[in-house]
Amino acid sequence: MSLAKPDAQDISSKQKIALTLGVVGLFILSLALLNVDFSNRGWTLTASLLLITEGVILFANDAYLKKSKGIKNDDVWFKSLSSRGLLGWLTGIVLTTFYIVLYFYPHLLGLGKDGNPNTGLVSLFDPLSNLLSGNPASQWFVYGTLYTVAILVFGYKFLLKYRHNRYEQIRTISVMFFQLAFAFLIPEFMARLNSDSFNLPYYDLKNIWPLNYYNFEQYRVDDFISAGNIGLALLIFGVISIFVITPILTYKYGKRWYCSWVCGCGGLAETAGDSFRHLSDKSLKAWKLERWLVHTVLVFVVLMTTAVIYTYLSYDPEKYWLTKGIFLALVAAFLTLIFTLVMVFKRKEFGKDAQYGAIGYFVVIITLIGMHYFSSDTKLFLLEAETLRASYGFMIGSIFSGVIGTGFYPILGNRVWCRFGCPMAAILGFQQRLFSKFRITTNGGQCISCGNCSSYCEMGIDVRAYAQKGENIVRSSCVGCGICSAVCPRGVLKLENDSMKGRINPTEVLLGNDVDLMDLLNQK
Amino acid sequence: MSHVVIIGNGISGVTAARHIRKLSDKRITIISSETKHFFSRTALMYIYMGHMKYEHTKPYEDWFWKKNSIELKQAYVKTVDTSSKTLHFTEGDSLQYDQLIIATGSKPNKFGWPGQDLKGVQGLYSKQDLDNLEVYAPNNKVCKRAVIVGGGLIGIELAEMLRSRNIPVTFLVRETSFWNGVLPKGESEMLNRHIKNHHIDLRLNTNLKEIVSDENGKVKSVIIEETGEETPCDFVGLTAGVSPNIGFLKNTEITIGRGVKVNRFLETNIPNVYAIGDCAEQQETVGERSPIEAVWYTGRMMGETVAQTICGNKFAYKPGYWFNSAKFLDIEYQTYGWVFAKPKEQHNHFHWKHPDDTKCITIEYHKLTNEFKGINTFGIRMRHEVFDKWLSEKRSLEYVIKHLKKANFDPEFFKSFEKEIFTTYNKQLTSI
Repeated sequence: MSLAKPDAQDISSKQKIALTLGVVGLFILSLALLNVDFSNRGWTLTASLLLITEGVILFANDAYLKKSKGIKNDDVWFKSLSSRGLLGWLTGIVLTTFYIVLYFYPHLLGLGKDGNPNTGLVSLFDPLSNLLSGNPASQWFVYGTLYTVAILVFGYKFLLKYRHNRYEQIRTISVMFFQLAFAFLIPEFMARLNSDSFNLPYYDLKNIWPLNYYNFEQYRVDDFISAGNIGLALLIFGVISIFVITPILTYKYGKRWYCSWVCGCGGLAETAGDSFRHLSDKSLKAWKLERWLVHTVLVFVVLMTTAVIYTYLSYDPEKYWLTKGIFLALVAAFLTLIFTLVMVFKRKEFGKDAQYGAIGYFVVIITLIGMHYFSSDTKLFLLEAETLRASYGFMIGSIFSGVIGTGFYPILGNRVWCRFGCPMAAILGFQQRLFSKFRITTNGGQCISCGNCSSYCEMGIDVRAYAQKGENIVRSSCVGCGICSAVCPRGVLKLENDSMKGRINPTEVLLGNDVDLMDLLNQK
Repeated sequence: MSHVVIIGNGISGVTAARHIRKLSDKRITIISSETKHFFSRTALMYIYMGHMKYEHTKPYEDWFWKKNSIELKQAYVKTVDTSSKTLHFTEGDSLQYDQLIIATGSKPNKFGWPGQDLKGVQGLYSKQDLDNLEVYAPNNKVCKRAVIVGGGLIGIELAEMLRSRNIPVTFLVRETSFWNGVLPKGESEMLNRHIKNHHIDLRLNTNLKEIVSDENGKVKSVIIEETGEETPCDFVGLTAGVSPNIGFLKNTEITIGRGVKVNRFLETNIPNVYAIGDCAEQQETVGERSPIEAVWYTGRMMGETVAQTICGNKFAYKPGYWFNSAKFLDIEYQTYGWVFAKPKEQHNHFHWKHPDDTKCITIEYHKLTNEFKGINTFGIRMRHEVFDKWLSEKRSLEYVIKHLKKANFDPEFFKSFEKEIFTTYNKQLTSI
């Protein structure tokens, strides 16, 4: 039954030269990692990053510009790198190792301890960091720079690959811009404003709570408040981002406005991760796991954040109106409001999931009440809020989003974190499923069930299952990357924002068959 | 509990099975000798090109069949005894049915060319064809050149597949221009150029005379009828259309012509025996449709319809307006309603083509009433629903052109061409 895997086409000599350039660039970085001391770090870093950039650009030019515009997925399942072959596993192991070192052993990268100057790889980035923020580099600056370079150069590759598709192009320029400006440059420049009396926390403005799970921790809130009007504005922006801006934009455009146009995690997945999008698991099992996991993370982050804020608020309303008690009551009231609205207006659409939603809701509320009665200043029940925060940071913030989320790109696909772990995606997805104009429209009876859409869905949605029934795709996990529509050979799928009416349209018989039969079976 | 047996696990048979399961608790068995599970034939090309793996072509996960109590049997039906309602398999066993659905699809046409059964000569229809293609044309070292005979939809797909592995392709097309029995001149000629741009050696007006064997019974070359030229090659793709795959019915009571003869209820001459999909031949054609329709969605619709009939809600097969789609290398094609290669009597064509030579539309309309009859669209996606409605409402050519934006289905931010099309329309109008 199975065929021996055919060989992928050999890469051209130009591509080999390009690869060599890129590898030399990476090699320079690895020399720095091994503590080779370069006399001129600024130039060495520039040379290394330029080599990597030039390598990717040359490679992409040769791979795509010589061919006609159109879908370029030839050999995807034959290439070792993109089909979980040896190269794929090796890349996965290298990335995973990098993340483990980055999160847990940054001194191995050369981060100076206790005020000592940086060495190794981190010190190589000192000149650039000095130039931008006036401070020496940290391991996070190294990571941020490489992350940004990756989004920019692989974004360029993606732009060439989809140069027949303006939706893909504009979307990609958007993620490249947000990464470069909002995630990288602006926070570094903001750091320049800091002095002894004025200290803004590092703030990537597009990084919204709960993705940015630490945004409302005490040290940050203290910083915000101490930084006067600007700080207060940023704090308020942080709050309205999730409670006002997000719902409005998600209602109008679906969660894609964030996940595949703005978000940094999404940005990396869509650019550097594009070669691995087909590796996502499309089985029903994976979908079930996804729903449990991502919502559990959401409940976790809500409780954790509530607990953390709770611990630093006071009991005394004289000091500040927002006391522990009032805060808990507000959280409970807000959740109750959401829960009631959904149950009243969307119960039908929610179907069987209503029970799970109800269970989740009650668990949270009971915990909140428990918090109120059984907690001390720093403890919630018996757990320290700090312990809760630290375990979230470790398990979700580091292991899930970094080590697994990105390290496993070549094994599990490029959106593992976004699909199974991201609490922001869970909130946006919940809105997208129930309160949004966004859907992927299926074009009548044109689907031929070929399965390109499902294969290339990075979120593991079985798009074909809907398309072949003539049904629109309205799924909470859809990030609106638009690739299903792009790879469809028959023009069946279109991402649209249209009215809520008729958005979800289950059909028994597709357009094109006998009108009487359609009337009989589709009118329910 | 009556037993419905379906021969063939393609889109027709599987759709019938799914709908029968929805409507009843009848015992259902699907028989196929091709593969254990239903897969999408239309995706075979993507397996060869490395876009997908075989497992991705299966629209339903493997647990689906058991969960819906649809039994699967991998076997080849040798013959059908309709008097005792029994199927006999090549392995020697047999199976009783109460109702039989024949959904065996097509096989590639062979027109008696010398050498047509040599090794390395094949069509592209089944999973086995794909497996053989991997044997005879895995790369451009084993297969230094491939020749494709027959310029239709499968021919151009096969050419695209072989080119994805850098195998040189000579494409023999009998007609004066690619697929011009179906497509109007402007479109067909645009595709000729597109094919050549993809480095495919397209030979129009060219017939195959003979396929020459080497000493091992494998293809060595082909000889061209018109010039007598001999082209060395390691693989020959026969893609001159398909015909119903019904050889096993020859000595049965079931009436066959080119396909299994059915009435509008998809019933054969034998009670409780039905035929659907590519292998069915309508005794009475539906509108302009051909009596045998080898199209994905007609198979699906016949499956939807026959399930109603079998479950006691007798329904005639009454497809709506004709539509179809395909992809020619990088150019997508859709059609709604009827556009003929040459306008029908009393009809005219309106044609617009983009200067970049990859997008065009042709609208067929009635000369006197201006009624819109159908549209072919290349490189621009259109909405099925909208054209279905406009056809029902018998809209005029002018109305369609003025409201074309409503029918656009291209992704967001794509450049649209309604204005250019409207300008072209106005110019043609004033020049008449």
